[in-house]
Amino acid sequence: MDSVVGSLNKTLISLFSEISLDVSLLFLVAVIIPGIVIFLIMTVNAIVAVYMERKVSAFMQDRLGPMEVGIFGFKGGKKFWGGIGQTIADAIKLLVKEDIIPKDANKFLMVLAPFIIFIGAFVTFIGVPFSNGLVISDFNIGILYVIAMSSVGVIGIILAGWASNNKWSLYGAMRAAAQIISYEIPIGLSLLLIVIVVGSLEMSAIVNWQAENRWFIIHSPFALLGFLIYFISGVAETNRVPFDIPEAESELVAGWMTEYSGFRWALFFLSEYTNMLIVCIIASIVFLGGWLSPFQLFDIPGIEIPESFFVLDGFYMGMFWLLLKTVLLIFVMMWIRWTFPRLRVDQLMYLCWKVFIPFALANLVFVCIWELLF
Amino acid sequence: MGIDNLKDTGSIKADEMVLNMGPQHPSTHGVLRLKIHTDGEIVSKIEPIIGYLHRCFEKHCENLSYEQIIPFVDRCDYLASMHMDHAYSMTVEKLLDIELPERVEYIRVIISELQRIASHLVAIGTFGLDVGAITPFTWTIRDRERVLDLFEALCGARLLYNYIWPGGVSHDLSPKFIQRTIEFLDYFDKQYDEYNELLTGNPIFVERTADVGVIPADVAVNQGVTGPSLRGSGVAYDLRKTEPYSIYEKFEFDVPVGEGKMGTVGDCWDRYSVRMLEMRESIKIIRQAMSSIPDGDVHSAMPKRIRPKKGSVYSRYESARGDVGFYIISDGKNIPLRVKMRSPAFCNLSALSEISEGWMISDVITILGSLDIVLGEIDR
Amino acid sequence: MQINDIFKHLQKIDPGIVLEEDTAYLYIDPSKWEEISKELASNKDLFFDYLMCITSYDLGSGKLGLAYNLYSNTIKHSVEIKIEFDQIVEIPSVASIWKTADWHEREAYDMMGVIFTGHPDMKRILLSDDWEGYPLRKDYKEPDYYRGVPVPKDKTAWE
Repeated sequence: MDSVVGSLNKTLISLFSEISLDVSLLFLVAVIIPGIVIFLIMTVNAIVAVYMERKVSAFMQDRLGPMEVGIFGFKGGKKFWGGIGQTIADAIKLLVKEDIIPKDANKFLMVLAPFIIFIGAFVTFIGVPFSNGLVISDFNIGILYVIAMSSVGVIGIILAGWASNNKWSLYGAMRAAAQIISYEIPIGLSLLLIVIVVGSLEMSAIVNWQAENRWFIIHSPFALLGFLIYFISGVAETNRVPFDIPEAESELVAGWMTEYSGFRWALFFLSEYTNMLIVCIIASIVFLGGWLSPFQLFDIPGIEIPESFFVLDGFYMGMFWLLLKTVLLIFVMMWIRWTFPRLRVDQLMYLCWKVFIPFALANLVFVCIWELLF
Repeated sequence: MGIDNLKDTGSIKADEMVLNMGPQHPSTHGVLRLKIHTDGEIVSKIEPIIGYLHRCFEKHCENLSYEQIIPFVDRCDYLASMHMDHAYSMTVEKLLDIELPERVEYIRVIISELQRIASHLVAIGTFGLDVGAITPFTWTIRDRERVLDLFEALCGARLLYNYIWPGGVSHDLSPKFIQRTIEFLDYFDKQYDEYNELLTGNPIFVERTADVGVIPADVAVNQGVTGPSLRGSGVAYDLRKTEPYSIYEKFEFDVPVGEGKMGTVGDCWDRYSVRMLEMRESIKIIRQAMSSIPDGDVHSAMPKRIRPKKGSVYSRYESARGDVGFYIISDGKNIPLRVKMRSPAFCNLSALSEISEGWMISDVITILGSLDIVLGEIDR
Repeated sequence: MQINDIFKHLQKIDPGIVLEEDTAYLYIDPSKWEEISKELASNKDLFFDYLMCITSYDLGSGKLGLAYNLYSNTIKHSVEIKIEFDQIVEIPSVASIWKTADWHEREAYDMMGVIFTGHPDMKRILLSDDWEGYPLRKDYKEPDYYRGVPVPKDKTAWE
């Protein structure tokens, strides 16, 4: 399948073919444009997701949430779109805030850390498709690449915790390292299950397999279990309640982010919400049929789907379906966050090493047997 | 030589790290400072350092007349001001030998039990915050607001009431108070079940609190732990039952004690559940008191001026946090010679270092939350 | 047990113990306190397992006092014991018997300057470690300066 960089490059070459420009220069432009688009996606995602989180939490806690700040004089008041400009105002506030670096902190590493975390989240997007063919680069090792890149952030977290020269930050960083590295394993194992069935690491191949057969969430009970393990581990990987142990507010103040403020802290925030988006997009692509329309689920022999329903498939509707599934999963994450208390460090490790990993391993075997039998 | 050293110790020991928790920290419930010696995540020694909110309450009392002390008493335990008022007024009445009208006693009981509900709601909500659940806090605060509304209608203040005075109360009940209180209780009964659904049986909550920070009954008594924290350890010591003051002997209610339903008797979950059950009992008491409240004048027994005889008196009162005691020495003047307040949270906190050793940092927060301390009362 | 019975019981240890008419407390001598506290806590007929409060007070003219309020959870009776003594006299600590006493004794030391012997950690609790004097004593003079900052002495606003 074509990827965006390739097709963009071709378009540019054909556009500028009259002017004699260096082709390698055009390739650079073809790389920069998707980069800007990714950054915009990250920013918009953070702004929308924060707004959504605040409204969802307000709804669950019997409050109103933000309701004062509007855009262009448009205020929602007590309606659910009230305070729609709040997160934009927050973002502006964060950017103009004073940047504080503690006296005894390691200045170089402390400045470096947010960028490493940010880059970890940024480059992951290269392999994440948004619709059929809408991907910067559709590697043949797509899933492997996404898993690998999403754990780059750990280095930044450890750097941030250590460089701040603060005991709370150090505790947070150590907890984060242990947690994120541990939860990589169940995530990897539950995705491996899909890879075994499909026989490819390519994202588009996985969706195509689901188009031809059925979605993985209803593929077999083991795949459903795999989905649950993946999703819960994904919540842990993004450091959200009930696994927000590295930044446990009531224990470690703000964990590894304690000494950060302003722009650097905004980068952390951005990366956090981006990771959330990535986890949810991967979950919808791998388990929930990606850009396939949910009407495919009713493709039972004997019942004919009206021809007009196929309008719902295609490139643009695919984007819609993928985003819808993603937003639903993000909502579930928020739902979990505002309902559950936090686990303790040892309980978190127990859950990972003694529950998830054995189950995921057993899952692998059973899925193989299932595939052989049916 | 290095090998010899290892043999001597038997195991490799890392250096201890001293962690200063507070006075500015999200979950020390005020300006408490904990000096925590940690070995990794495990707490090996913990030293509470208090006094950051010391406002010289006892020194003030030596310069103020008995009436003027009441607002200061309010500010000691700002989450249960009515209890402080009541405890102090009871002590002064004991010193003056005043017989109170029936109606005053009924009003005081109703108000105190409403205050107990309000205070326990905060305790439960902040305990939820301490273990990481944010939603219970907003829910409990929402319902506490209703109690504060009732108090506002009663005496104009929402937090520091100055309502219960020696010999009576400052105002009679407001016209619709009883009706509004009944409405609140009917509403609260439903909310109560919601809290149970959200926290009590929540597996993660149980995992975090059961078996954590166990206070054995004998240690609790020896440390002077009182109130719900003591009853969580299975000791049925409630002054309303064991030494009934005011008119508590007229009402039927139970004293809930920790039974170790989810873990061991005296763990954090038991302390939490005792608070939950106590709210039920408070509702019972309020309903009984409302149905039989007599008419009368609430100011009739109030002394024109308070000038007790020479002597000293110690009286106890069951507040939301435990056993509040006031020791007042009078030398015959209109200002006391000495007022000493036995603050329950002060004694409860002194048990922290003993029970939290060997637990993790997260558990220290849980234990601290389950003790339900108010720094205004500890530091006075 | 009533106060009279407790009085008679304790007279066996210390004949100098005083029970005043119409009052509910016993006066004892500071030198006998160690013995009596052990008896109060361990004797099966008394068994005061809960120390409710330690109140320190200043009677003026260099006389200090301590009031111990005790309660028994098993027998359900209470007693108040008073010790009155000169400022320089040291009082045996009861922190090893009732752990509540630990912080209460530190508070008495902090506020009233009562010195307890045998206390595990005798230091100030509510005030800062470098505070001078004992604020609740009647002869306490407010300092003119605290760490170089003048202390306001004008009290017309609140008197």
